[in-house]
Amino acid sequence: MSFTSTTKFVQPLPLNTTSARSNDHKPFLDPFKPTSFFGSTNKLRFTSLAKSHQANLHRRSAVVAVSEVVKEKKPKSSTNLLITKDEGLVLYEDMILGRAFEDMCAQMYYRGKMFGFVHLYNGQEAVSTGFIKLLKKEDSVVSTYRDHVHALSKGVPARAVMSELFGKTTGCCRGQGGSMHMFSKEHNVLGGFAFIGEGIPVATGAAFTSKYRREVLQEADCDHVTVAFFGDGTCNNGQFFECLNMAALWKLPIVFVVENNLWAIGMSHLRATSDPEIWKKGPAFGMPGVHVDGMDVLKVRDVAKEAIGRARRGEGPTLVECETYRFRGHSLADPDELRDPAEKARYAARDPVTALKKYMIENNLSSEAELKAIEKKIDEVVEEAVEFADESPHPGRSQLLENVFADPKGFGIGPDGRYRCEDPKFTEGTAHV
Amino acid sequence: MTVRDALNSALDEEMSADPKVFLMGEEVGEYQGAYKISKGLLEKYGPERVLDTPITEAGFTGIGVGAAYYGLRPIVEFMTFNFSMQAIDHIINSAAKSNYMSAGQISVPIVFRGPNGAAAGVGAQHSQCYAAWYATCPGLKVLCPYSSEDARGLLKAAIRDPDPVVFLENELLYGESFPVSAESLDSSFCLPIGKAKIEREGKDVTITAFSKMVGYALKAAEILAKEGISAEVINLRSIRPLDRSTINASVRKTNRLITVEEGFPQHGVGAEICTSVIEESFGYLDAPVERIAGADVPMPYAANLERMAVPQVEDIVRAAKRACYRSVPLAAAA
Repeated sequence: MSFTSTTKFVQPLPLNTTSARSNDHKPFLDPFKPTSFFGSTNKLRFTSLAKSHQANLHRRSAVVAVSEVVKEKKPKSSTNLLITKDEGLVLYEDMILGRAFEDMCAQMYYRGKMFGFVHLYNGQEAVSTGFIKLLKKEDSVVSTYRDHVHALSKGVPARAVMSELFGKTTGCCRGQGGSMHMFSKEHNVLGGFAFIGEGIPVATGAAFTSKYRREVLQEADCDHVTVAFFGDGTCNNGQFFECLNMAALWKLPIVFVVENNLWAIGMSHLRATSDPEIWKKGPAFGMPGVHVDGMDVLKVRDVAKEAIGRARRGEGPTLVECETYRFRGHSLADPDELRDPAEKARYAARDPVTALKKYMIENNLSSEAELKAIEKKIDEVVEEAVEFADESPHPGRSQLLENVFADPKGFGIGPDGRYRCEDPKFTEGTAHV
Repeated sequence: MTVRDALNSALDEEMSADPKVFLMGEEVGEYQGAYKISKGLLEKYGPERVLDTPITEAGFTGIGVGAAYYGLRPIVEFMTFNFSMQAIDHIINSAAKSNYMSAGQISVPIVFRGPNGAAAGVGAQHSQCYAAWYATCPGLKVLCPYSSEDARGLLKAAIRDPDPVVFLENELLYGESFPVSAESLDSSFCLPIGKAKIEREGKDVTITAFSKMVGYALKAAEILAKEGISAEVINLRSIRPLDRSTINASVRKTNRLITVEEGFPQHGVGAEICTSVIEESFGYLDAPVERIAGADVPMPYAANLERMAVPQVEDIVRAAKRACYRSVPLAAAA
């Protein structure tokens, strides 16, 4: 088997020197060699099952070719950089925002300012930033319960997200959504979904709408793209497969982005999935499947550019598997006892934020001081967000009965024969409905 | 004994007694259960009987039902019952209806269990009571334990039962301790399915409740006692079959009824109880039935709204007083 010419994994960029995947000659397609797959040290129980099965290996896709382009773009001289200075600064700021925001969430959670389930994104920033910063405002994003940073990357103000987490009326959902349910119509964040796989059909529906608007409603300029984010655990869920099928069948403008952080709470990806290479499921449904280093924002961005471009050009969906890692437990309530400390350390050494910083400085795209200034600015943004959230009012009593229906008459007719919403007590929140 | 330990010991004993019994679900094995209900079971019974499944409710629930068709006695754990929505087709269509459709040839001895109802601060999708949903379906039995004795006795009964049982636990009760009798610690201990328990006797007003709300009703009864109202608290234990006779006997004694539940009001457990009492004991009622339920809205996230959206002890006290005070002038007139 010659993987050197076909592997998805291109030469690591300089920022990625400690990559566990830096050995390009290692065949990583054999799912039954657990220690060779990704950086996980989790052991599979079954040792001798089927031989490797690389039927799809030769079904290379257009997007895969893009990865090869990345390889050729190995940045050695400053004239052949992967990003401009301005782009780099945008990416850096977004990643720092994601990181600082989530760190602050942890603090605020432990101080009792936010409650329930809070899932932090630390370690995965390259995926959110790499994809979402290429989107237009009209493009939509569908997320999971780990959704704060997707919302931030898409432009929802940090204060609105923080306030939501505090359960305040100034939150992006007025305190009615919570950590796992971020929505912003303005920014086309179509929601964080708390069930595994649940967001995928919603995202597919959004993509369907774009196509429908273009083809049925004759809005020729509607080229909006939807990006659906979900994890490795979701890729064992039926809704994932159902939607891959329909998206490919109807050539919908969607990118399925798997944030494969190797762990579904305490269930190792390798213990849960018969063939752990998720990207291979793309070709099975007639769409390109790409595997990319999700700890490297530049590589993610390159793949994202092509996948989003394909969608925008009407060429259909793409499945992108980003190999990444979460630096914290599944949620702030997770004792995180099952992941091997050595595995955590190996990914910590590949911190995507540090890697981008290193790349920027080594390639003279930015100075240490300039990046420090960004960090300082973001610290202030996050501090301000906390102050804003803290000072914001709790939702008023009347809010309890609002928003159940777009039309308040949805509450129906009361015993007095009038619409319940006409009862003055309704707006006071004291009506019996 | 905590409710958690009660459930754990019931699982352990029934798995030990019958090798056909096995546990499957998300994080039940190596993680020891998302809420640690299955703690130690993997070690004791091995990965063949304590199965970690991928996150595929529809898939693994269907596998469990199929195993029950074919002679095993699966216990399917939902990390929370909210997630059972993704598998409801298997619970209703595959499990509940098979015995009837096959004219008794295929029984489905399976237990679907996990935490149900409102937890704290987890938002609309993680805070819902499914008692009324499942209790509406013929072919299912629906149990809601409150105390440790309930948890042990009802879970053991559910596992031994030849029919599909939906077993609705409450996350907020897992860590709560209750005194248990020596009898209930015996490995042969079992509670009858379909029988309510009178937790506290009284003569002025009947309060029905299940799961966490039993605790609230008992607190309310204490407060009412100080004000001279003697409340009888019924712990329903089983929502389907519903112990109508215990409820009606109590109402015929107290002449007043308050129903309490965390679920949505419409078509709720309280509605069913009211109907039963109206149908069977209408002439005994001295006051309109008071029905306390969760607010008719998806659960809000903000803590202050959340509190307003679920019944509180004060709500029960107020309703009981209304029922009693209102009855005073009527009684005087009569």
